[in-house]
Amino acid sequence: METIKKLTAKRLFMPIFCLAVMLVAAVIASPDFFKIGVQNGVLYGRIIDVINRGSETVILAVGMTLVVAASAGTDISVGAVMAVVAAVTCAFTAGGQQSVNEYINNPLLGALLGILAGVACGCFNGFLVAKLKIQPMVATLILFTAGRGIAQLLTNGQITYVRVESFKMLGASIPGVPIPTAIFVTVLVVVLTMVLLKKTAMGMYIESVGINSKAARLVGLKSTKIIFMVYAFSGFCASIAGLINSSRIYSADANNIGLNLELDAILAVALGGNSLAGGKFSLLGAVIGAYTIQTLTTTLYAVSVSSDQIPVYKAIVVVIIVSLQSPELGKMIRRLKAKASAQAGKGAA
Amino acid sequence: MNKKLVSVLAVSAMAVSMMPLSAFAEEDLITVGYAQVGAESDWRTANTESFKSTFTEENGYKLIFDDAQQKQENQIKAIRSFIQQEVDYIVVAPVVETGWETVLQEAADAGIPVILSDRMMDLADDSLYTCWVGGNFIKEGETCGNWIADYLEAQGRGEEEINLVTIQGTIGASAQIGRTEGVGNIVAEHENWTMLDMQSGEFTQAKGQEVMESFLKSYDDIDVVICENDNEAFGAIDAIKAAGKTCGPDGDIIVVSFDSVKAAFDAMIAGDLNATFECNPLHGPRVAEIIQKLEAGEEVEKIQYVDEAYFDTSMDLETILAERAY
Repeated sequence: METIKKLTAKRLFMPIFCLAVMLVAAVIASPDFFKIGVQNGVLYGRIIDVINRGSETVILAVGMTLVVAASAGTDISVGAVMAVVAAVTCAFTAGGQQSVNEYINNPLLGALLGILAGVACGCFNGFLVAKLKIQPMVATLILFTAGRGIAQLLTNGQITYVRVESFKMLGASIPGVPIPTAIFVTVLVVVLTMVLLKKTAMGMYIESVGINSKAARLVGLKSTKIIFMVYAFSGFCASIAGLINSSRIYSADANNIGLNLELDAILAVALGGNSLAGGKFSLLGAVIGAYTIQTLTTTLYAVSVSSDQIPVYKAIVVVIIVSLQSPELGKMIRRLKAKASAQAGKGAA
Repeated sequence: MNKKLVSVLAVSAMAVSMMPLSAFAEEDLITVGYAQVGAESDWRTANTESFKSTFTEENGYKLIFDDAQQKQENQIKAIRSFIQQEVDYIVVAPVVETGWETVLQEAADAGIPVILSDRMMDLADDSLYTCWVGGNFIKEGETCGNWIADYLEAQGRGEEEINLVTIQGTIGASAQIGRTEGVGNIVAEHENWTMLDMQSGEFTQAKGQEVMESFLKSYDDIDVVICENDNEAFGAIDAIKAAGKTCGPDGDIIVVSFDSVKAAFDAMIAGDLNATFECNPLHGPRVAEIIQKLEAGEEVEKIQYVDEAYFDTSMDLETILAERAY
């Protein structure tokens, strides 16, 4: 009993518990959910789909967690920034043409330019939030709206295709490697970020700025610099996610790349037990939250729920998970229990 | 208000009295004013081109073209200027559905017939416009279903059990509703056809791929994949290949899609896609036909659909692609 209590009190218990429940539900709905085979030399199965397709959300959620923790706000521009990154990369690699069957310019240089553009977007957001003290949602709303317009301009309003096999590797797989490339990239981003946060004091700095930026400044932390950095980092994460998504469809689709993904990323942060009011955070929680969302999506496809009803099911699951994690609900239940036992005590007397 | 009404009446009376004279002065050219939405997509550009190439002076027309840049107020302004210029016919591709009563009444008072193109208007009084010309998504779906039936028949699989799946468009979009219904009508006619599943790919390649990945794991024996736009089909084709299956005319799975964008022709030439069903932007010739009928004093039908073609791998796609405007 004592160990169970200890376990449930752990910070990550609820997010892991929710993911586990989702996975059990998935297996009940579709018995071969965990079946993994090999197809064309690449792992094949629903669970692989979840991990592979969840990559973009996980990577965005990593950046978003730090943004939320440090600035108590969200970066809603990440989806549009993904589109900008894809547009820069594809437009450069294709030399401005609409569809190419071989590289016109070096794709690695294209990807680098894309990442630079994404980080520049992040820095712009960081400047607005940290220096000009604009509300994060308003500041990032600028690129949320303008980002896709910029992407359209770069691609002349057309979908730009780069139909070269090696361009597809980031979103699919490298020949001879059985695991989809996106999974490697995701693990790399998550692990590197965690190491960076743990090995340096950066994680603690971010938390202290988020809890009380004035106090943090008084003890010698440059809170504006730290907030600026997390937004730039969020732009970097959006760049990586944008490159993966662009590689999956070997093109830059300015209207659709990363569409609504910013909302999934914010939801992932919340499902991971993180407070959107900033301060203490759990990166792993957000990662688990992101996979929970993807499990839900994949499961709903698997059980062939009619597509106009899918949003309803999603909403129900999200409401349940979020309220399960609400401390207020816990208090309410405890109060009700106490009342019930008091009643029972009275009844016995 | 009254003054305005009087002046409108006076202007329209003048217009009516002067009409034969002005028409004579224009050497019998029929003047048509076209209030276009804008130039937001390839489809729209092709639509504009279609009007410009149909209503030429050689064909006996004078076209006054106006690009409203997606703003209703610009379109209303354009229609008013058409009325002032005493055009013979006004064609409008409305940006939005509502708010047209006043300006259409002005056109009606001036005795100028109004033809709607592409999108509908929401009017209390339908007599304010002469007719509407546009695409028919239900018919596109039915054409697609019939094509599949003919194709299977030609392969000698007419009596076989056929399993279909649909990757739908964004739920609620008129293209999604119409195409789903049209295909459904034909599926209902064939007892040996089963629609296994329908999921939304939100008209995007990435989602189309994700949905197809799931379909392939749920069902072992998919014969036909219907994608409600071309982009979804590109994603579905990638998913099919990744699952170690083949598609297209020489493959295990038949893939068909809608819209007929340029990349769809590339996919058919590459042998991945079987057929694509067009959403025709070339409204010009049909509108010209209607105007000729009206000139001859004939009645025209209120709702008119443009002819919509389809393209499959049995055709000379390279040539079609080279000649295509969009």
